[in-house]
Order: sequence, then structure tokens, then C-alpha cells
Amino acid sequence: MLMEFLPLLIILLLAVFIGVFVVVLGSTFGPKRPGQRKNSPYESGMVPYGPAKRRISVRYYLIAVLFILFDIEVVFLVPWAVVVRQIGVPGLVFMIIFVLILEVAHLYAWKKGALEWD
Amino acid sequence: MTRMIDIYSILPVMIVAGWALLLLVVDLWIPRHRKGITALLAAIGLAIALGFVLASSGNTILGFNQMVVLDGFSSFMQVLFLVSGMVAVALAYDYIQRMNINHGEFYVLMMFSIAGMMLMSQAYNLLMVFLALELLSIPLYVLTGFARTRLESEEASLKYFLLGAFASGFVLYGTALIFSATGQLDFVGIAAVVTAGSANSVLFLIGAALLLVGFGFKIAAVPFQMWTPDVYQGAPTPVTAFMSVAVKAAGFAALMRVFLVLFPSLSEHLTPILWVMAALTMIVGNIVALAQNNIKRMLAYSAIAHAGYILMAFVAFGNGEVVGNTVAATLFYLVAYGLTSFGAWALVIVIEREYGKGILLDDLAGIGKHYPWLGVAMLVFMLSFAGVPLTMGFWGKFYLFRTAVQAGYIGLAIIGLLTSVASAYYYLRVVVYMFMKPGEPKLQINPWVSLVIGVAALAVLLLSLIPWTILELASRAVLLLQ
Amino acid sequence: MLFQEAVMNSTFSLVPLVVFLPILGILLNWLFGKRLGEKGIGSIASLAAGGSFVVSVLLALALLQNHEGAHIPLFTWISVGNLDLSWVFRVDTLSVTMMLVVSGVSTLIHVYSIGYMHEDVRHQGEPKRFRRFFIFMNLFVAAMMILVSADNFLMLFVGWEGVGLCSYLLIGFWFEKGEGGLGNAKAAKKAFITNRIGDFGLLIAIFLIFWNFGTLNFAQVFEMVPSVAQTQPGVLMAITLFMLLGVTGKSAQIPLYVWLPDAMAGPTPVSALIHAATMVTAGVYLMVRTQVMYMAVPGAQQVVAWVGAITALFAGLIALGQFDIKKVLAYSTISQLGFMVAAVGLGAEVAAIFHLTTHAFFKALLFLSAGSVILGMEHGLEAGSHGHGSNHTDGSNHTDGIHHDDPQDMRNMGGIRKKMPITFIVYLIGALALAGIAPFAGFFSKDEILVAANQGNMLIFVVLVVAAFLTAFYMGRQVLMVFFGDARSDAAKHAKESSLLVTVPLMILALLSVLGGGLNFPGVHTLEYWLEHTLEIPHATEFIVPIALGSLAVALVAIFLAYLVYGRKPLASAKAADPLAKPLGVFFRWMNQKFLVDELYQAVVLGPYKKLADFFAYPVDQGVIDGLVNGMGSLTVSLAGALRKLQTGFARTYALSIFVGIIAILVYLLTRI
Repeated sequence: MLMEFLPLLIILLLAVFIGVFVVVLGSTFGPKRPGQRKNSPYESGMVPYGPAKRRISVRYYLIAVLFILFDIEVVFLVPWAVVVRQIGVPGLVFMIIFVLILEVAHLYAWKKGALEWD
Repeated sequence: MTRMIDIYSILPVMIVAGWALLLLVVDLWIPRHRKGITALLAAIGLAIALGFVLASSGNTILGFNQMVVLDGFSSFMQVLFLVSGMVAVALAYDYIQRMNINHGEFYVLMMFSIAGMMLMSQAYNLLMVFLALELLSIPLYVLTGFARTRLESEEASLKYFLLGAFASGFVLYGTALIFSATGQLDFVGIAAVVTAGSANSVLFLIGAALLLVGFGFKIAAVPFQMWTPDVYQGAPTPVTAFMSVAVKAAGFAALMRVFLVLFPSLSEHLTPILWVMAALTMIVGNIVALAQNNIKRMLAYSAIAHAGYILMAFVAFGNGEVVGNTVAATLFYLVAYGLTSFGAWALVIVIEREYGKGILLDDLAGIGKHYPWLGVAMLVFMLSFAGVPLTMGFWGKFYLFRTAVQAGYIGLAIIGLLTSVASAYYYLRVVVYMFMKPGEPKLQINPWVSLVIGVAALAVLLLSLIPWTILELASRAVLLLQ
Repeated sequence: MLFQEAVMNSTFSLVPLVVFLPILGILLNWLFGKRLGEKGIGSIASLAAGGSFVVSVLLALALLQNHEGAHIPLFTWISVGNLDLSWVFRVDTLSVTMMLVVSGVSTLIHVYSIGYMHEDVRHQGEPKRFRRFFIFMNLFVAAMMILVSADNFLMLFVGWEGVGLCSYLLIGFWFEKGEGGLGNAKAAKKAFITNRIGDFGLLIAIFLIFWNFGTLNFAQVFEMVPSVAQTQPGVLMAITLFMLLGVTGKSAQIPLYVWLPDAMAGPTPVSALIHAATMVTAGVYLMVRTQVMYMAVPGAQQVVAWVGAITALFAGLIALGQFDIKKVLAYSTISQLGFMVAAVGLGAEVAAIFHLTTHAFFKALLFLSAGSVILGMEHGLEAGSHGHGSNHTDGSNHTDGIHHDDPQDMRNMGGIRKKMPITFIVYLIGALALAGIAPFAGFFSKDEILVAANQGNMLIFVVLVVAAFLTAFYMGRQVLMVFFGDARSDAAKHAKESSLLVTVPLMILALLSVLGGGLNFPGVHTLEYWLEHTLEIPHATEFIVPIALGSLAVALVAIFLAYLVYGRKPLASAKAADPLAKPLGVFFRWMNQKFLVDELYQAVVLGPYKKLADFFAYPVDQGVIDGLVNGMGSLTVSLAGALRKLQTGFARTYALSIFVGIIAILVYLLTRI
């Protein structure tokens, strides 16, 4: 029974090996020119310190929430697309209903002005 | 494959949900000062659904591969939910204008919540139970915070949401455990596995206990009741009224459906837990209500206490001989409690108009003298709450106590009786303040709210005289349960 | 023929109207009465009562065709276990007879009241209560109709309690008046409480019936009586005696009669309708209705007969010593009810119903005429005194036995015959009927009772004859004191005849008192053949000439004696003593003070009872029980305060509570597995 998991074990080992191998490779052969920027924890990210209470406009969250909502809902299209031929016309009808419901939400958000920045 | 009969079995739910969606869109073009139209449309939608519920009642259908069931029990509960919804709309119309929160979404959210409750009464699959639970809960979190300019409303909403999510987690976890114990989600399948004896009994039992916690939260049973007073106090009063009636009923619907179908075999282990829960709920609800000055909080604790009485009859859920009586008594009590509760909350709405928020006992002074009809109506509600003989509340308690005694839980019945006597104190205190303290209240009474009060009072009086009509209906709802 | 039957049956189904018409009257007067004015209110109430009478007449006509009557179900009231109570009206000759008497007399009294109450509410200074009076009166009619048309014991009990309630409400109609401002309220309370004792007996009887018979339906119970009498005679004895207790309360028999004289505090039409003609006969009706049960236990019958006979004698003696015009009539009513009860005990139910009917006529007549006299006196009082504060009911001058402006005290009257001729004539007719002078109604009905006694029990016969003698004597005394001689007070001097609205009903009642004997005229016996369809009649009534002549002679002698004592030499002034006071000495004082029965009850029953109540109230209840309850209360409140502190308002605490709950449940379950 455990034999079923053999490929998994191989992938696990392979992944560990490749990770370790690449890091070792880089540190062995790469050039080393340290500076202030290069010594900071994140090389190309945001500045990691500053005032903790920075104000971000609430609209940012609103749009983010809307994005996540619609994103997740739309993901349902993917499994549907896989089996669309097998489930035929009824499946199509149900998906149309689903999209229409989604569209109601879209319309609502739009009309309420949730998509405008101001 | 979807059959027409599947659609038919949940047609009322679909109507309510679909109508709510349409209303959401239509409402976008209804100007702010015309939100009465939305209210009216919402009521019409609920009425149509009610018509379909009544038309399809009496059938028994397992639809969507046994995911949902249509039976007398679900029809009875759905009538209760839909009527509650209409009453809540009538109560809210004037109130949300006055509080300057008259957005059409109020009614839409309420309809979604009702759709969830209706689905809850029909669910025959643990996933459906969970789905319905969320569908009924999430709009309520929003509704609780609907008066978003008021701090206490927001606070209540947040608390309700956090704790509700916590409780939902237990329901989901319980569902998962039951699934792992039986490999099934739908009731028929689980019951079959349990009967065959091939379920993992420990996981199954723990799963059942976790479901009990989740439902206990919804019905506000001790020790899962802590949210109730804060939420009831903070939420807009029509929402509170709606919650105290419909949500509680939905919680009991889920509890009864799940426990009576799935867990009779566990009664040996679960009954002691229910016994303690029922006793604690009755004691804590009634005793803490004694110490309240704020009417909304007082009614909240009273709501807890009444849940305790129903739980008392529910303790015997595994006893096949009395379980029919349990369900009938519970349904009867939900109706009796619902009528009374709506009436009492409607009076709170009337009085709150004047004082803005939070009414204290002192604010009731003089109402009996200056508004005798309101006073008399409140007297009727309070007597019924207290279970004074020959009121509807009395018959409700009578049936519950009878069931408990039949099942042999005499100690519990005695606790119920004693706490019920204690409850007369805080109910009658309301009447005393209304009639015996001098005061100069000035109320403006909205016709819809007074309609609710009048109809509720008349219905309580009438059904006090002929309680067996409702009991008869409730008993018929039981026959099709399992 | 078929058609006729259909008409008849549809007539029978009119019977609910006898109850619902008065209720309609109540509703109309309640809702619109304020706008209608006195005439309107009075007309509606009278029409409602009159409508009941018309329906009763129709029922009687239909019964002539179909003697069996009918049971008309209205709805099922209570159905629990094997207790199945339906609201069913019973139409048979007995119930319809009662309906006719009740609705007929009430209609007349309603009409009379329009005139009487018009004066009375003004005299008492509360014109707004006019409407209330008629609402109560209609309520009484409705309740009485329920009582007599009941088909089972519980419905009868509902009516029984209903009339009791109306009696209470109407005795206390001027509840803030009377001696010390409480007199009327006290009288009402006394009537109510005394009746409760009786009702307790009736309730026990009903419980026993249900317990032993398994049903409360009349027909079913009566059917089973013979077998129960065979197997459990003791039970039947208990039932009948407990029922008798109820009867002594409602029909004012020894030992519970004490409330009726005080009940005269109510307005006079009430005394006439409720406390003379109808309600107080409910007990007699009950015993006649349940005659099967009484006949099955001869012992109980004996008790009933003796209770009635002794009451008749005892109340007659007290009546002799009274000076209040209405009190005399009240004791006379008790005495006459005693005759009826005795008749039932002797197995002469027809005679009882006959006497009940004629008594309703002439006693209502007497009371109403007395009311007319009182009205006249009040008029005279106002005309004579020119308004120096006089209010006979506020009792401010109750110092000695005599008060000079009491318009009900016969010593203040005299010579009214000339001032109020119509009233005088009708009063005379009523008095002769009551005294049993042929050919007035009372002669025939009383005679039947005497015949029954003569055939049944000689001792009772003697007692009843003495009571009949007393009846004639005190009526003679009353008529002579009130109407003859010279006026003994200003009020009597200025008395004035009452209006037509008052006198016309009197004339009708007078006519009935003259002709009422024809109902069961010797040799014809209409009433007997009529009631035969409902009642068992063990022996047909006979008319025995010696007895009839004898009783007539007794009455005439009594009246002659009364003339000798009171007529030849009328009272000189209001302060003069009663001429009997000297020869009878202490005995007259006793009669005047009602043989001190009230005081006896006070000393033997009420005093100890109150002591006991005080004991339970103060040391026991306020000390021990209140202490316990208050202790529980404060314990609960402090517990509530403590529990309230758990409600911190923090969501984390609440989540913790849920969590603790889950842990507790899981730990419990894991220890169990």
C-alpha cells in the first residue's frame, strides 16, 4: 500500500535536493559584493520599517474584497468547463443561472459606486 | 438528474431567494424616500412563497438525491418563518426610517436569511444543514450592524459575527467527524450506517456533541448564550424581534431534524448533557432577567429562558414513545412564544420611538393610563410569557412540562416550574410600571406596528381559548418527520 | 305534517337567541349607549329582554306541537379525556316554563326600571350609571337563560355563577353608598361570599357526579341514577345533600339565607327581579331538574322538606318584626322559597314550579310597588324638606332604630293610600295573592303545597300552615301600616303617584297575580299536563276542599287579627312602638333583631375563622412564609447580580464560555465511553 506513495517520496527528496543544491551552487560560485542595501532583510521589497499606523484608503480594501469575491466565484467556471460536454444542456443552464446571480452582485456593486475610486 | 419534483420540493425557498435577488436589483432604482416600496415588494414576495408553502404542504418528498426533504414539519416551520418575516417587515418599515437607516438592503437581507431558515427546515444532508446555517446567519450579522452609525449596533454585529463564526466552525467540524465516522453526509446514508453498526462510535458521538454546540449557540442555550443580551440590545429592534422568533425557531428546527433522525441511538450519552443544558438555561435565563432594568436585555434573557423550556422537553429526544409529543409541544411553543414575543417587541418599538435607544423600566411609567390599549396588550403578552393559566403561554408550557413528565424527567420539570414562577416577577414588574407608576409618556404609534400589536394580542387571546387547534396542526406536522 | 315538523324544529333552533339577544343588548348599550341617552338605553335593554320573551313564547308554541322538545347543540366547549362538554341548549317544558317566567318578568321590570332608575340615579347624584344598570340587567337575563336552558351540569354552573356575579354587581350598584359609605359594598360582599359557600357545595356535587357517573349530561346522568341508587346509595345521598347546600345558598334557605335581606341594598327593580322573582328560584329549579336523584334517596328528600318548612316558618317570624318595607318583603321571599323547597322535598315538583311562577308575579309586583312607594316618599322628602341635606343611604343619622327621613321605614309612612291610589290597589292585589286569599294566584299554588304536605308529612303540614298564617298576618300588618291611617312624616304627606312608565308594568303584574292561579286551576291542571312531558309526577295533584277552605280561613283570620292590632288603632307617630312589642316582649325584640342569627354566625363561624385567618396571616404567612419567600427572593437577586457580572461585554469572554462548555461536554463524554 505504501508503494502508492513512492512517487511522492521521490518528489519530496528531489525537491529538498534541488533546493539545497541551488543554494550551495550560488554561494560557492557567485560573486560577493556586500553593501548597505544588499545587507537589508529584503533586497527589493518595501522599506521594512517606518510608522506602524499608515493610513490606507478604505476603498483599497473594498476593491480588494470585491476582487477576492468575484475571483473565487469565477473559479467555479473551471471545473464546470472540464465536464461541460458530459453534463450537456442542463449544465449550461445552471451555469448561466450562476453567472446571472454573479452579475446581480456585479451590478449591485457597480450601481452602488463600489468600483469608483472616489 | 434534476427532476421537476426536486424543483417543486424547494420551490418556496427558491422563490424567496430569487425574489430577494431581483429585489436587490430593483431597489437600486428606488429613491431613498420611497423605500416603502421595497418593504411592500418584500412582503409580497414572502406572501407568494407562503402561498406555495401552503399549496405544497401535506406532501412528503425527498428531493435532489435526498439532499432536501419536504414534509409536514418543514411546511409548518416555513409558515412560521415566512409569517415572522412579514411581521418583521411591518415592524421595520417605520423604525428604520426613524433611525435614518432606511436602505432597501434591509429587506433583501432579511429575505436571504429567511431563505436560509427555510432551507434549514428542509435540509436532509449535513452539508445542506451547514449551507443553510450560513445562509441564515451571515445576513443577520449584517442586519445586526445595520444601524451602523450607532456604536452599540456595530459592537453587537462584530460580537455576533465573531462568535457565530466560532460556532459555525464547530458545526463544520462536527460534520467532518460524522463524515469520517460514517463516510456519509446525507441523513439516509448516515442512519443506514449507524443502524448497521459500522460507524466509528467515538467519532460519531463527538461529532454529534459538536453539532449540539453549534445549534446550542443559535438557540442561545447556556453556556452558549453569552452573545444574546448584547446582540439583542444592540441590534435594531425589528431585527431583534425577528431573531428572537425566527432564528430561534430555525435553530430548533435544525436541532430537532438532526437529532431525531441521526442521533436517537446516542441518547444515552447526550441526554444527561441536554438535561444539564436545559436546567442551566432555564435557571440562568430567568434569574439574570430578574436583575435587568433595560427592557431589551430583559426580553433577551427571557428569550434564553424560553429556549430552556423547549430544551426541557427536548431532553427526551431518544425516547420513541414521547418524541411525537416533544415535537408537537415544541412547535406549539414556538408559535405561542413567537406571537407573544413579536407583540412585546413591537411595544418596545413603539416606546423606543420616543427615547431613541435603550428603554428602561421607568420609561414605561404611565403608559397603561394614557394608552390603555397598549397597556392591555402588554398585559396579555406578559401574562402569556409568564405562563399564567389559560393564556397561550400557559398551554405551551403545559404541553412541554407534560412531555418532560411523561418521559420521566420530573426533576427537570420542577426546575422549570420554579423558574417559571420566578419569571412572573420580572414580567409582572413591567405591568406594574405601566399601570401603577405615574408618568407622562408621549408616543406616536405607527399604524403597521399597532396592527402587529393588535393582531398578536388578539391571536394570543383567541388561541388561549382554543389552543388545541394549533396543537392539532403541530401534531400533524410531526407524523412526517422521520 | 312534515312541513309542520320542519317549522317546529327550526323554531327549536331559535333557542340560542334567548341568550344572545340580551348579549346583543349589552353590546349595543356598551358600544353606543353613551350617545343614545336614557330612553335609548332603556329601550334597547327592554327590547333585548322582550325579544327573549318572544322567543320563549315561540318555543312554548312549538312545544305544544312536539312535547318532547329538543337538544340544540351550539359548539363543543371542552373535550379532554372522557370529559366531553358541549354547549347544548335544552328545550323542554320545564326549561321553557322557566324561560317564560324569567324573560316575561324581566321585560316588565326592565320597562319599569326606565322610569325608576331615571329618578334613582338623580336621587343618588350619578346619572351616568344609568347605562351600567341596564347592561348588568341584560347580563343577568343572559346568565339566567344559560342557567335554565343548560343541558349539562357545567353549563348550568356557568349560568349559576353568572347570575351570582350579576347579583353581586347589582346589590353593590351604589357601592359607595350605604352605612358609613361601605354598607352596600358590604352587603354585596356578604351575598357573594355566602353564595360561594353554597357554590362550593354545588361544585362538590358536580365533581361527585362526574366521578361516579362519568358524564355531566343531564339525560345520561338521570338514566344512570337507578343503578347507582342500587349500588351506591351513599354517593347519591352525598350528591343530593351537597347540591342542597348550593340551593340553600342561592335560594336563601337556612342556614345560608342571611345574605338575602342585606341584598335589599340594591336598587328596587333588582330586588324584584333577582332577589324575589328569578335568581333565587334557581335553586328550586335545580332541584326540580334533578328530581330523579332526590326521588332515589328518600332520606335526602326528608332533609329538603324540613329545611324548606323550617325556613318558611322562621323567616315568616322575622318578617313580622321588621319595619323596613323591603326587608319585610325580603323575609317573605325567604319564607315563600321555603314553601317551594318543602314542596320539592315532598315530591310535589309541579306545585313547586307553580308556586315559583305565581310567586314571581306577585312578589315582583310587591317589590315594584314598594319601589313606587319609596319613589313617592323620596319625592315627598324633597318637596317637604326643600333640600336640607337628606340622603337616605348615606346613613349619617343611623343612631336609634328610627330615622325620620328614611323613605323605606314603614313607621314613617301611613295614609299613602290616598296619595298613590294606583300603587295602593296593585299592592293590595299583590298582598292578597301572597296571603293566599282566593281567587288570587297565591291561594292556588300554596294550596297545592299544603295538600302535598298533608298527604306526606303531617308535622310539616302543621309548620307550613303556621307559616301561611304568619304570611297573611305580616302582609296585613304591612298594608295597614303603609297605606292606612294618617301620614306620620312630611315625606308621606307629600308623597306623589309615580309615572305611567312605572305603574303600567305594575298593572300588568297585578293582572297576572289575579289570573296566575289559572295556570294550574283545580280540575284543569294545565301546568301539570304541560310539565308531565319533562318531569316524573308521582301522584297527581288533588284539590281537597277542606284543606283549601282551611287555609283560606287561616289567612282570613290572620288578616283580621292584623286589622285588630294595626288597623283599628294605627300607629300614632313614627316614634310609637309596634303594638305587638309589648305583649310579645323579648320575643318581638328577637324577631326585630332577626333572632340574632347574624350575630350568632359572627360569634360561632366568622369570629373563630377570622382568628384563624389572622393567625395564618401574621405569624405564619408574614413571618414564616414571607421570610422564606423574601429570603429566596434576595438570594435570587444576589445570584442574579453575581451571574450578571459574568456578562463582561468582551467577546473573548463569551468565546471562552462556549469553549468551556465544549470542554465540559467532551470531558464528560470521554469519561463515559
